[in-house]
Amino acid sequence: MQLTGAQALIRSLEQEGVDTIFGLPGGAILPVYDPLLDSSIRHILVRHEQGAGHMAEGYALATGRPGVAMVTSGPGATNIVTPIGNAHMDSTPLVVITGQVATASIGTDAFQECDITGITMGITKHNFLVQSAQEIPRAVAAAFHLATTGRPGPVLIDVPKDVTQSMMDWWYPASIEEYDLPGYRPEVALDQEAVARAVALIGESERPVLYVGGGTLKSRAAGELLAFAERTGMPVVTTLMARGAFPDSHDQHLGMPGMHGMYTAVTAIQKSDLLISLGARFDDRVTGKIPTFAAGAKVIHVDIDKAEFNKVRHADVAILGNVAAVLTAFDAAQATPRNLDVWWKTINDWRDQYPLVYDEPATDGPLRPQHVIEAIAAKAAPGTIVASGVGQHQMWASQHWKFEEPGTWINSGGAGTMGFGVPAAIGAKVGRPDRTVWCIDGDGCFQMTAQELTTARSEGIPIKVAILNNAYLGMVRQWQEMFYEERYSEVYLSADLPDYVKWAEAMGCVGLRARTLKEMYEVIDEANTINDVPVVIDFRTDADEKVFPMVAAGASNDDILVHPLQRGERR
Amino acid sequence: MSPEPYLGEVSRTPVRHHILSVLVENKAGVLARIAGLFARRGFNIYSLAVAPAESHARFSRVTIVVDAESAPLEQIVGQLDKLVNVVAIHDLAPRDAVERELLLATLPLGDAHRSAMLDTITKAGASIVDVGPTSVTVMLAGTPGACDELERALEDFAEVELHRTGRVALPRLD
Repeated sequence: MQLTGAQALIRSLEQEGVDTIFGLPGGAILPVYDPLLDSSIRHILVRHEQGAGHMAEGYALATGRPGVAMVTSGPGATNIVTPIGNAHMDSTPLVVITGQVATASIGTDAFQECDITGITMGITKHNFLVQSAQEIPRAVAAAFHLATTGRPGPVLIDVPKDVTQSMMDWWYPASIEEYDLPGYRPEVALDQEAVARAVALIGESERPVLYVGGGTLKSRAAGELLAFAERTGMPVVTTLMARGAFPDSHDQHLGMPGMHGMYTAVTAIQKSDLLISLGARFDDRVTGKIPTFAAGAKVIHVDIDKAEFNKVRHADVAILGNVAAVLTAFDAAQATPRNLDVWWKTINDWRDQYPLVYDEPATDGPLRPQHVIEAIAAKAAPGTIVASGVGQHQMWASQHWKFEEPGTWINSGGAGTMGFGVPAAIGAKVGRPDRTVWCIDGDGCFQMTAQELTTARSEGIPIKVAILNNAYLGMVRQWQEMFYEERYSEVYLSADLPDYVKWAEAMGCVGLRARTLKEMYEVIDEANTINDVPVVIDFRTDADEKVFPMVAAGASNDDILVHPLQRGERR
Repeated sequence: MSPEPYLGEVSRTPVRHHILSVLVENKAGVLARIAGLFARRGFNIYSLAVAPAESHARFSRVTIVVDAESAPLEQIVGQLDKLVNVVAIHDLAPRDAVERELLLATLPLGDAHRSAMLDTITKAGASIVDVGPTSVTVMLAGTPGACDELERALEDFAEVELHRTGRVALPRLD
């Protein structure tokens, strides 16, 4: 059967089970948009290519399936570089298709030409410049294989216009052997000797901590984690990338570690004698000052990417493999620590002494951002998905929302991409239309990508957006207050400019505002009754609120700063 | 240009230099992927040699001499192995490798140093591959150490133009 390259591209995406493409057409990708009309694949027309990328990420994080975005060459391609970089940092499976100028024009500085494979070389797991229409099926099949296996990540396929316009004989690779990836071997046999050494270390430990990272979610190991944790009785911490991998309601869960982690989670790691890292990468936001990080702990490092071993922290035992398989092997070997009663007594003392606290909300406002999040959570349906931007609101959302299952927390971890929230929430809602999706956003973040609410309205994607509007770039303000003697430099945004309610309405959404406690409860209830269009709520919050606990950048986790209400009580 | 004098093979090679013999797919941009990886991770390349390898040019062999003090070798190998186009990596400690390098040098043949220069060339085992009215080009294919020695010997003479290929290596046969 003869097809155009464009038809073959769409058909290849159908072969991979793609149900949604987030994209925006332009000259070089134009041929591909024609057969899209005849395809069952849903296309979400974004207002900016960055939105397409973040939506694809939100879709992937909520569903566990690869997100797909398609844009044109030149500026279309460069506009999606930020989401690609973001997905690379967070190991999110993404397939991004970019149009390219015709093969003969490549290298001539043609209109809307840019070397997108060169630009994204360092921020993709791999990328392809497709040279002929006949090669399109192989490139697509290989891209999905690469994006979703091993350590997942973004893969970019750059397709010149003449390639999509020329004819090919339809075929599709029947097996991995036909992908032509001789250097790619994501599957590894578990090193049983390493497993045995890990089991021995576990057997000697009296103060173990399960340090759970995003790799646990990527390897769909939440079930194995729960079983292992309950059998061994070990305390669990979940990093920003792993929220939802272990139920927050579970008594063994100490919460999030790191710069704004729970006091108990941070301190338990510091005092542990064995750290079992499950798909985590010892990020600087978790470790603080590295030489003093969990200084007395031995480390069992479980990861699918061997380049993570000994990158930051020496691993006493490194086990290459998928978290689920390794936990199953630990269970098969009946890996069991010593009696943990004394350890739990210590941990529970910390928990009693340093719970998560914030100042009493004032009836007339301004609102406490933490309280707003808890009030939304209190009225949210079970299984609600929460997306966020980056900054104070992100930390508060991670701290104060209770996550119970995988795929319910959508955020930008490694890259820290402001503006991630709104489009990621849209993508999550597209992937999980059965779930309520809240975006907890900041006023700074919201202004970066809010135009995608027009997309949400026109495509019928009813997300709910809570802007914690403190009129500032809050996290930067917090640092300027704490570390730059309150010399506030370029962080003021104004609470009233733009008018968020009018802006929401202009985009076809419902716009609401809350300044007092009474209004806060009312607008949350009202938002929960609206399920046909997006809702945006402008919550006026206190600009002086800071995120605590906090470990200052470069400081030791031993010097964690608790909330002012708790100071002076430290032992 | 080399950042510092080459100290030769086996005993004289500083421990911090490691040889990676890397089999890669012979595809457009592979060298850029390797170079880009080294640049963004802050790994130093001391020398690099690339040429098509076996299998009808489906693969190329890249011999990279890396500075293992710029980053742990485990990190360099681990990150390199993640490049999809990298098929196999052999980490060759200098004592376990057979290494060769090619040196070309154009030398002025003025009367003053003519005999000393010819003596140096002969002693090094280099051969004359091109002859002009006032200069000759000589070639030495040998161990990096032999190339070092010739390079040092030629430092005594003025106006020498010298090129080295960087080494290629294969595992020593047991």
